[in-house]
Order: sequence, then structure tokens, then C-alpha cells
Amino acid sequence: MKPLASVEPKPSHGISRWRVGLLALGLSLGLASASAAAPLKVAFVYVGPVGDAGWSYAHDQGRLALEKELGAQVKTTYVESVPEGADAERVIRQLAVDGNQLIFTTSFGYMEATVKVARMFPKVVFEHATGFKKTKNLGVYETRFYEGAYLLGVLAGGTTKSNTLGFVGSFPIPEVIRNIDAFTLGAQSVNPKIKTKVIWVNTWYDPGKERQAAETLIAQGADVMCQNTDSPATLQVAQEKGVYACGWDSDMSRFAPKAQISANINNWGPYYVKVARDVIAGTWKPSDTKLGIADGGVKLAPVLPSVPAAAVKAFEDKKAAIAAGTFAPFQGPIKDQSGTVRVPAGSVMSVPDMMAINWYVAGVEGSIPK
Amino acid sequence: MRLRLEKRAAPSAAMRWAAPLMATLLMLVTGMLILVLLGKAPGDAFRVFFIKPLASVYGIGELLLKTTPLLLCGLGLAIGFRSNVWNIGAEGQLTIGGICGAGVALAFGDTESSWLLPAMLIAGVIGGMLWAAIPALLRTRFNTSEILVSLMLVYIAQLLLGYLVHGPWRDPDGYNFPQSRLFNDWELLPLLWDGVRTNIAFLIALLLAALSWLFTAKTYAGYRMQVAGLAPAAAAYAGFSERRNIWLALLISGATAGLAGIAEVAGPIGQLQPQVSPGYGFAAIIVAFVGRLHPLGILLGSLLMSLLYLGGEQAQIELALPSAITGLFQGLLLFFLLAADLLVNFRITGSAR
Repeated sequence: MKPLASVEPKPSHGISRWRVGLLALGLSLGLASASAAAPLKVAFVYVGPVGDAGWSYAHDQGRLALEKELGAQVKTTYVESVPEGADAERVIRQLAVDGNQLIFTTSFGYMEATVKVARMFPKVVFEHATGFKKTKNLGVYETRFYEGAYLLGVLAGGTTKSNTLGFVGSFPIPEVIRNIDAFTLGAQSVNPKIKTKVIWVNTWYDPGKERQAAETLIAQGADVMCQNTDSPATLQVAQEKGVYACGWDSDMSRFAPKAQISANINNWGPYYVKVARDVIAGTWKPSDTKLGIADGGVKLAPVLPSVPAAAVKAFEDKKAAIAAGTFAPFQGPIKDQSGTVRVPAGSVMSVPDMMAINWYVAGVEGSIPK
Repeated sequence: MRLRLEKRAAPSAAMRWAAPLMATLLMLVTGMLILVLLGKAPGDAFRVFFIKPLASVYGIGELLLKTTPLLLCGLGLAIGFRSNVWNIGAEGQLTIGGICGAGVALAFGDTESSWLLPAMLIAGVIGGMLWAAIPALLRTRFNTSEILVSLMLVYIAQLLLGYLVHGPWRDPDGYNFPQSRLFNDWELLPLLWDGVRTNIAFLIALLLAALSWLFTAKTYAGYRMQVAGLAPAAAAYAGFSERRNIWLALLISGATAGLAGIAEVAGPIGQLQPQVSPGYGFAAIIVAFVGRLHPLGILLGSLLMSLLYLGGEQAQIELALPSAITGLFQGLLLFFLLAADLLVNFRITGSAR
């Protein structure tokens, strides 16, 4: 699609971006009749380093997609490795002071800081990922990542020989517990004997700890691994030990080409493009957006050829059913570890229940740290 | 010909104080050189890194806000370092201080009362002292290394914080997310002026800087500790109790770190979160040494360190540099300081064999 403001020059080598921005501004002032306006300044705050895989990397891929799609209509900035806590507020505020009109804060821990800054800058649009506090100029968005987790589970259940899956958990928050449950339910849909073992590492990113946890799980018999952490360490261990694993947040196959059965990918690009377009058009409204398989917000990496054909078939069928809305991962009957039916047959878990989930489904071993 | 290091008989006092300034200068020059190699105009980079963060009242407020925990921890640590007591665990004492202060708020904060904030601060101080008392006890009783014990207690403190925010202190209305409820207005430290986040903890830190100077320069206890650091044998001969020094050093540094913790929690954070410090307790070790273990030096060192954090953020925003730039500058500073100190205390001779 062609950018609307096609009179503006594209950034080129030798001219810094802000100069292009100024030039564009000058052009649009000079050619008052042209529809071109100054580019929308869009900023992103990342919790980790962009690096080359994982959560922040996936958001940055979204930013690049936004630049590519809207060209000179936007000018993007990002700040990486911003700690959750007292520092976030300053960074977000600074971005607003610097004239950014749309600011994405991409980690749960930025919630209070984003709310505070949004109150101070009512004309700036804020979008906060994975939170739940919405205001006049603050929207929230996240992906239904459990859909992808469920599908990875289907592949894992069809691949495992030991009927034991291993999961490296970050923090025992609802989002991660939901993914562990979905992964286990997916595996049980093709293999009822599945057990999932979990180790919590209490960090989003620590390759050393992730590696140790993965080694322990494999030593305990797990032969397909998954992780809700940011580094590819678990996949690398799996490849070394000759077992399988799943990519997370981004396609991690280049770190473990023989071990990655598929990857659960956050594809933020289309959403970032949509929000930026809405802001430019003046039609933006705060919303609580949940992206999934159906709209392309969650994608799965190509399946490893050595995964059994039956599992791939089940995977494709379930994926199509989720996309069509005829199947949901948290569809009853679902029992918890004690055998109590939590979701009766014929109904689907409600969104608030899913947002606050703090119990394991039957088949997950151990208990949630309290 | 081989180069050799030879100890100087009497290191120059002037050079000892010039070393941090030279290290700062060399850090600037090297840092700018690196930025130029990355294709940034040096003038631009300097402006973005060191001027822009201070170009507004808010920016100065942020500088002081970030200086506060560094200053508090640095002051306490320096008192110990002077007497050869190596508390590496200020980060843990800070965390426990935040937990204890927040505990008071969560237990009694539902109704407004004027004693609540002072009680929170005192609880924070006591928490930090108790956490520092563990390495003090183990050192004086079993001669364990306070370096290792205090460092390991950092991780225990962080896990305890994680347990509390994931478990008993989790906000009941927070969808199971790991954080306490937000503090009420009367549980937050008053701001110094409108429009900034700097709170009265900064003034308390300044006051403590003056007190710590009085303590080291004017009191007998401070003198005993200094002797113990400079000449342990002389201190023992004079009958100064090593045990008392260890307790004093650890309790004081624990107290200031604990205060820094509750000042963060009841200040810019405003609730208990799984992480209450981006590593102030560790950065304060650099601050203490850059400041020559002297309160005034520590104040300047913590301002500089704080500016490096802010400048690093600004450089990311404006120059699209990676966040590692902050760590790079901090590392350069420490590297040049250690190198300068080496040359202050040793001379390089070219003599063979």
C-alpha cells in the first residue's frame, strides 16, 4: 500500500532522520495545499535489550513493520532495557516531552507509570501491552498467546516418547500459568498420558538459569521442552541433548534448527500499523485489544519435518478451528490438579477467569509457588 | 627492558583527590571518541548525554531523585569500607528496608494518620539494620566473610520480596499480578516542589551526608574505625574492639540502605513490586570509591552516576544508541579510576630485572 504522504522524501543515507522530519515539516508547511503533515512520532519502551530473539525483539519487529508500512508518515524511536519500577515513569515522560504523539509501553510492569504519565499528557496516545488499566488516552493490548501455546502442545504431545513435557516458567503470574495450562491441554488432546513438569526461574531473561532449569527437566525425563522466558537457552540445551523444544515470542530456529518443533510468535506489526493509522486519522479510541490466531497477531513458525504426520494434522486442524472461532483452548471439560471440574463440558472459560487464572490443569506436576 | 610497578613511599595527597577528576575526564574523552566512531557528532553527543537531562526543572528533579538512593547507600558503605568492613550487600538491605516499610503501610495504612510515614521510614531503617546484622553476627561469631554473606543475602532478600508480592501481600484487586496495592497519598513521601518526583528523602540524605562527615571526622568511634582500616595492628594494640567496629559498620550501612529502600518504595514506585531497585546497592560501591569514601566526594559521585543513567536514556531516545551505553560509561569511569589509583600508589619504572 502506498503511503498517503507520498510528497515527503524517504529517509536516505547521509541525512539524519530528524532532518528528514524537519524537511517534511517544512515541505508540508510550504505546500499548505498538500495533505502531508509532519510524521507521527511514535515511541516504544522495551523491558529487555532488543537483541536477536524474544519478547522485546518481537516488539521491535513490530516497530520495523510499522516503519516499513507507513514510511515517512511515522518517525519511530525506542528505548530498550528500561527497568520496571521507578525509572519507567521518567523514560515515558521524557518521550512525551520530546513530542512523541503515540507511545507503546511493552511490559506489564510499566502499568502504573504509563497511567501516571498518560494523566499528565492528555493529548498523547498511550498503548500499554499486557496490562488492564484503560483511561481516556490509554489503551491496552495483548495477544491470546495461549492459543499458540495450545498448538505447540499439540505438536509436543504428538512428538514426545516419554509422555513428559518440560516447561521453564518465568514468574508465576496468570499469563504464564495460562500458557503452561494451554500447552498441557494441547498435548493431552492428542496424548492423554501427558505430564508436564515445571521449573520457575523468577526472571524473564537469564540464559544461565534457563539453561540449568532445562537441563534439570531433561534429566527428569522431559523430551519436549517449552519456556515462557526470553532467551533461546532452553532450545539450545534441547538440541545438545537430542530432544525437542519450542520457540517463544519469535522464531528461534536458527539457534536450534534440529530441536525447534515450531515457535509461538508475537506478531505485533499489524496492530502497530492499525493504531498509528487511527491516530493519524484522528479516529483512535482506547480499547482493550486481544490479538490471536484469527487476526494474525499470533503466528506459528514452520513445523519441524520430523514431527509425526498425525500430530501435524491435528495441529493444522486445531489451528484452523481456532482461527474460525469454532474451538477455544480453554473449552470444557477442564479439571484442575485435584480433579475438580473447573470448566464444565460445553462451556468456555470466561475472559476474567482466564485473566486471573492461578491453578494448574490436571497433568501439570508440582504446585504454583505462592 | 621490562616495565615494573614500584610502590611509592608517600603517595601524593593532591593526586589522590585528582584521580577521580582525571578518571571522569578520561571517561568523557574516551566515551566521546567511541561515539564519534559510531558516527555521532561529539558536540551533539555531549549535549544529549550531559546537558539535555538537566535542561529542565523536571530533569534536575529526576537527577536528585536518582541520586538519593545512591547517596544513602554510598554514605553507609563508605563508613564500613574505611574500617575494612566490606558490606557488598547494600542491595539486599535496601530490599528488606523497602519490604519492612511497605509492611507497615500495608498493615496500618488504610486510615490516614500522621505517624504512619515516620513509622514506615523507621521500619525501613530497622529492616536494613537487621539484614546487615546477619553478616555482622556471623563474622564476629564464626569469622565468616562478610563479603560473601552479605552478597548472598541480596538474593535471599529478592526472593523474599518475590514471595511477598506473589503471595500474601499481593493486591487482592490486581488480577493475581505480583504487586502490592498502590500506596495512599498519606503513605507517600512529600514532594519537594510541584511537578517533580524528588521527595524529602533527598534532604534526609543530605543531612546524613553532613552527619556522616561529623561521625568520621569528629567522633571517637569514627576515629577508632578509621585506625582499624588504616592500621589494623595499631588498632588492636590500642585496644580498639574489632567486634564493635564490625557491628557499627554493618549496622550503619544497613540502616542507610534500608532507608534508601523505603524511600524508593514510598517515593517514585508507590507500591511494592517484584523489583524495587535497578541495582543501586551495587552502583553505590562504585560511588563510594569514586567519592574517595568522603561524604562530599560521595555526593558528587552519586550525582555523576545518576547523570550517567539519565544521559544513557537520553542518548537512546535521541541518538538511537543501545542501552549498553550507560554501562559502558560507568565501566570506563571505574576502569580509569582504578588505573589512576594504581599510578598514584605505584610508579612505573623501566629498570630491567
